[in-house]
Amino acid sequence: MAEGDAQEGEFRANVRAWMDENFPRSLAFKNPVPYQNDAPYAEADPDFRLWRARLAEKRWGAPGWPVEFGGAGLDAAGVKIINEEMARIGAFSPMRMTGLTMLGPTLMEYGTPEQQARHLPPIARGEVRWCQGFSEPGAGSDLAALQTKCIDMGDHWLVTGQKIWTSGANHAEWCFALVRTDTSRKQGGISFLLIDMNSPGIDTRPIVLISGSSHFCEMFLNDVKVPKENLVGRVNEGWGVAKRLLQFERDSLSEGRGEGPSLLPIARAQVGVDEGGLIADADLRTRLIQHEMRARAYTLTLQRKAAEAKAQGAGDGTVPVIKNLGSDVGQTRYELVVEILGDRGLGWEGEGYAAGELEATRQWLHSKAYSIYGGSYEIQNNIAAKRVLNLPDPAPAR
Amino acid sequence: MAVLSEEQAMLKDMAANWARHRAPVSAFRKAAEGHNGLRHDPQLYAEMVEMGWAGIVVPEAHGGADFGHFSLGLILEELGRTLVSSPLLGSALVGVAALRLGGSEEKQARWLSAIASGEAIVGLAVDESGRHDPGNIAFAARSDGNGWVLEGVKAPVLDGIAANLFIVAARVADGSGITLFLVDADAQGLSRTPLRRVDCRDAASLLFAEVHVDGDAVLGEIDRGGALLERILDRGRAGLAAEMLGSATQAFETTLDYLKTRVQFGQLIGSFQALQHRAVKMLGELELTRSAVEAALAAIDEDQEDVPALASLAKALAGDTLRLVAGEMVQLHGGIGMTEEHDAGLYLKRAAAADATWGNSAFHRERYGRLAGY
Repeated sequence: MAEGDAQEGEFRANVRAWMDENFPRSLAFKNPVPYQNDAPYAEADPDFRLWRARLAEKRWGAPGWPVEFGGAGLDAAGVKIINEEMARIGAFSPMRMTGLTMLGPTLMEYGTPEQQARHLPPIARGEVRWCQGFSEPGAGSDLAALQTKCIDMGDHWLVTGQKIWTSGANHAEWCFALVRTDTSRKQGGISFLLIDMNSPGIDTRPIVLISGSSHFCEMFLNDVKVPKENLVGRVNEGWGVAKRLLQFERDSLSEGRGEGPSLLPIARAQVGVDEGGLIADADLRTRLIQHEMRARAYTLTLQRKAAEAKAQGAGDGTVPVIKNLGSDVGQTRYELVVEILGDRGLGWEGEGYAAGELEATRQWLHSKAYSIYGGSYEIQNNIAAKRVLNLPDPAPAR
Repeated sequence: MAVLSEEQAMLKDMAANWARHRAPVSAFRKAAEGHNGLRHDPQLYAEMVEMGWAGIVVPEAHGGADFGHFSLGLILEELGRTLVSSPLLGSALVGVAALRLGGSEEKQARWLSAIASGEAIVGLAVDESGRHDPGNIAFAARSDGNGWVLEGVKAPVLDGIAANLFIVAARVADGSGITLFLVDADAQGLSRTPLRRVDCRDAASLLFAEVHVDGDAVLGEIDRGGALLERILDRGRAGLAAEMLGSATQAFETTLDYLKTRVQFGQLIGSFQALQHRAVKMLGELELTRSAVEAALAAIDEDQEDVPALASLAKALAGDTLRLVAGEMVQLHGGIGMTEEHDAGLYLKRAAAADATWGNSAFHRERYGRLAGY
């Protein structure tokens, strides 16, 4: 957009006209999360499929990706315009899933040209659902303790083990996984593999969460054959690839936490006001104001970090800190919503509660995961202490 | 740190260097002992003036650089690091704000270049009781034909001893609005008492006993100065928040250094996870505060509508964060942090006094809430 405002204005006008014409109104302002997490739900909606196909044709599901990888090759200003115009009409991108936000940028740095050509364009078109096979029953916060065995069989890899908390594994077509190729070294014995979920020997089982959602799965791998060319980076160097990917994940996890409509109207309606016109519960009122201020400061921080990263060509490494601030803001918001709603915020199902009330309950429960997934609150603190503050490593446990 | 222009980056470096070499914390300690009753070092302020800092937000026509509040905030932040106690905030930011926002052409011509040259030092006399409460000013001014008579007490007044010109908030009748007056510090009937506070900053109590001023001493409009006063205060709050951000950043860095050098149980105490997580918590609060401070200062320069909300956001966060970090500075230094010899106590005392100045965190949370409709 270097040619200036006129050209930018023209581009925006074109995007706006196209969006107005092509975005199915039935999807406006709908919660994108079920579409991302729940394949049968998403695929059952013809408007969703239509929107995805139309957006894919314009390449605007991956607007900033290079053209050769299936993107539109737009600069940051162009990407911003696409995002703003989508937000304006309440549209979401069907492509915004794990493959796009996490694996795609990682493959651009570490993938072979063949891997890039094979996997990136379908991700940019939103055609393939990916899942992340990282955590294991014995490797949660201590991810590098993972034990899923991967043996070099000469013409293929043979993988056996168990993964857990694998989002959408039951509906995914592909999985990017961390496997152990050397048992003598911890981080230095891990490799990064792309696994076709249709391979024989893979079994998945959904786990029901406290929110009632069941898009997290257990995933069992039993003598699964994986082609040699599906290794990303070199053997035993997967930890470095994974760390890079986790940075992309943390980036994507921090977005939007400070936003959302003001809680003032529902507080006034549900709690009532005193003779002075203030929310009748003075203690709640104080905490609502405090929350709004922190949410505002958090949003300002995301904007500031984005501007700094753009100017300097790289971030300052504070992403773990920002992720924790965002978890805190997001969780506080839903705690407040449920508190305001009282019994109306405690409904689990049934006719006795409105759809929005039930949604609030589920969101509150779901928000507890903010500080667990993508590296728990405590792990983010450990990373920031080490990488940002350069504090010394803790002494090993005796 | 926001993205700076080349000139801003140079200004910030210059301020950082100057503060480190000319005005380290040891200079603050010395100034706190007093220079002929002053609690700042006039020589240091003369150097700031020499570098043009007192004219940063003064229009070029009046001898200033018109370089913006964001830029002045960069300097204040660096000065906050070493607890520099000077009239730069009260005079070169707040005093200039009062004249630019409320002064006639004539008053601006009379005073702005004088502030930029350091000849005039302005003090804002708004508070009357222990707590900042500009909505309940009782200080009285009564008409005496062609002028006014001021009667009452103003305290605390920042830079109250150094200042030679005061902006005084008063009411010309019970139940009327606010009127702002420019009052010469040498006016007959005005006496000043230094307030020896924990923060060792220049603060005074002003007693007005039948102080006569001319009719043209009014700044802005009679009875309608309330909104003007808030605009002046908001600029001061944003500038003070920048200074507090600097103090908090330095307190944090000093504490972090200690965590990396102090050995107990045969290891650096910074290797203890409990302390690491407390350090990261502070870093997060500093990040939020910086965003709010920079947004408030930029909003002033761009004359945005939400300056009041952003100023309150910045001041509230700066107050909470500085108090948190200064408290942790004492705690994490242990016994040495409790000693007069160590700097930790100075930051703790500054934190309490700066928080209370022009509205503490609770005041600004309430104000932010009201502005947002709560």
